[in-house]
Amino acid sequence: MTDNNDAGGADNGVNVAALLAAREAVSEAPEAAQFRWRATCAWQNGTHSRSSVEGYFGLGDEQKHKREFLFDADHPATFAAEDNGATPVEYVLVGLASCLTAGVASVAQNRDIQLKSVTATLEGDMDIQGILGADAEVRNGFSGIKVTYNIDADASAEDIEALVAQSQKRSAVYDIITNPTNVTVEVE
Amino acid sequence: MIGAGHSGLAISHQLAERDIDHIVLERGDVANSWRTERWDSLRLLTPNWQSRLPGFAYSGDDPDGFMTMPEVVSFIDDYAGFTDAPVQTGTAVTALTHDADGYAVATQRGQWRSRCVVLASGACNLPSVPSVAAELPAAVESVTALNYRNPDRLPEGGVLVVGASATGLQVSAEIMRSGRPVTLAVGEHVRMPRIYRDRDIQWWMERTGLLDDRYDEMDDLVRARNLPSPQLVGTSDRRTLDLNALTALGVRLVGRLMGVRGGRAQFSGSLRNVCTLADLKMNRLLNNIDEWATQHEASADPGQRFPRTLVPDQPSLGFDLVKEGIRSIVWATGYRPDYSWLRVPVLNRKGRLRHDGGVVTDAPGMVAMGLTFLRRRKSSFIHGAEDDARDLADHLAEYLGAGASA
Repeated sequence: MTDNNDAGGADNGVNVAALLAAREAVSEAPEAAQFRWRATCAWQNGTHSRSSVEGYFGLGDEQKHKREFLFDADHPATFAAEDNGATPVEYVLVGLASCLTAGVASVAQNRDIQLKSVTATLEGDMDIQGILGADAEVRNGFSGIKVTYNIDADASAEDIEALVAQSQKRSAVYDIITNPTNVTVEVE
Repeated sequence: MIGAGHSGLAISHQLAERDIDHIVLERGDVANSWRTERWDSLRLLTPNWQSRLPGFAYSGDDPDGFMTMPEVVSFIDDYAGFTDAPVQTGTAVTALTHDADGYAVATQRGQWRSRCVVLASGACNLPSVPSVAAELPAAVESVTALNYRNPDRLPEGGVLVVGASATGLQVSAEIMRSGRPVTLAVGEHVRMPRIYRDRDIQWWMERTGLLDDRYDEMDDLVRARNLPSPQLVGTSDRRTLDLNALTALGVRLVGRLMGVRGGRAQFSGSLRNVCTLADLKMNRLLNNIDEWATQHEASADPGQRFPRTLVPDQPSLGFDLVKEGIRSIVWATGYRPDYSWLRVPVLNRKGRLRHDGGVVTDAPGMVAMGLTFLRRRKSSFIHGAEDDARDLADHLAEYLGAGASA
């Protein structure tokens, strides 16, 4: 049990009190809010690569996950590849799904809504003529992403819809996908 | 006191009632911003019956109508006459400084000294224009909500309106009607119907106590202060102006403007969610009104619900402005106060005044009036000046009293 909800009884396992305290803290000391997330990636063979995340910078200091997390990425047999892992674009869907779902849990906790189950199904549509270079007018990335939530909670349908809407509003990955980001790729 | 708009005059009236000697310095004429810094068709968003100031109220024959800007000016002029406020017009403040003896106010017409200062110079002196404006191609004319007057002053051709507040929607509608195709970039916004349960939405917001929500009781005051103005328009037919009304007129909706790169505008893919957020929030407001009506008027009427905002299946994510035929951009992206003359360190790192319900932080004897959600949700409305003026006049009276006895 987390002891963060003095008002109501909902417990989704999110420490909202700590998050609200963090918001207060960074608005007074904005430099502590500057984070840098990192990943490294090593080519294995073919389209197979292995990425790793462990360290990151935040709250003015170097930080570390509990342990190193590894991610194999590859392409399936349809692409004449070995299928040693999810495709990179599937990782994008995973990133969006997990970010939005973490948001749903946090917002529900803050609004004292008990969640019973939350599942999301994601579909990213893509015309692969783009990545194959077959048609220059077709973009490489998704032409659209559809996320469908199925949520069982002690709340009205409108309140549940509001959870999902608020979660999008506060989601980093949703923002990364819906808005442009400068990307700099260098070779050392 | 700096500024002879409705806020300044309201607190002047309250100070006079407390026998506090003061002068109101006004850069132009009484109600200067209302005279010179608003577009031609603008009417107040609040109905006439709601236009009231301490000791004074609308007395015309159209209580449900909405004042034009000339009518607002004459209303405030009349109030200046009614209060007999000591206004010195044509006196722009050039610098306000503080020393051991109090405040020194430098103006175009000489120097004043005072123990107290009231900042009532307005919340909307300068347009807030995002930095992407600097990236616009030279062929696209840039117009802010402060210098926009009417569609005919815009070049012929397409218009991109940025911002979906009351300003953005009103301007989009009239530009579209002028025959110029309008694209509206929509970020977070506040949707509400003009009329609900046969009454003006402002009647409900006032009667249910929403407009009296206090600054020190809000969970997230920063957010409340930053909310865009609700999508409302004051017209004789009391119609609702929302995104669906604009879509029906032919306005094209796109997401928030995120950047302009190489002449290409980039819009966020979040249009659907910002519309959902606004629809849900409107329904929460209407639910609260229904609850109040059930309790206080024994009404069994369930209350109307409005269609959801229609969002295009595939809103544009960007286009080349010139190739798209966009000849001008109207920035309806909000306003901010002008504190360029304020030489007292009372602004935060974002350039906003640090204050506790209008009592300016670390500046004894300095108060502010008329800022958004200064003390109450209604603070920036004309009728919101009364309660704030009374509270802050009390504060100043206490401050001056304490000083005298010290």
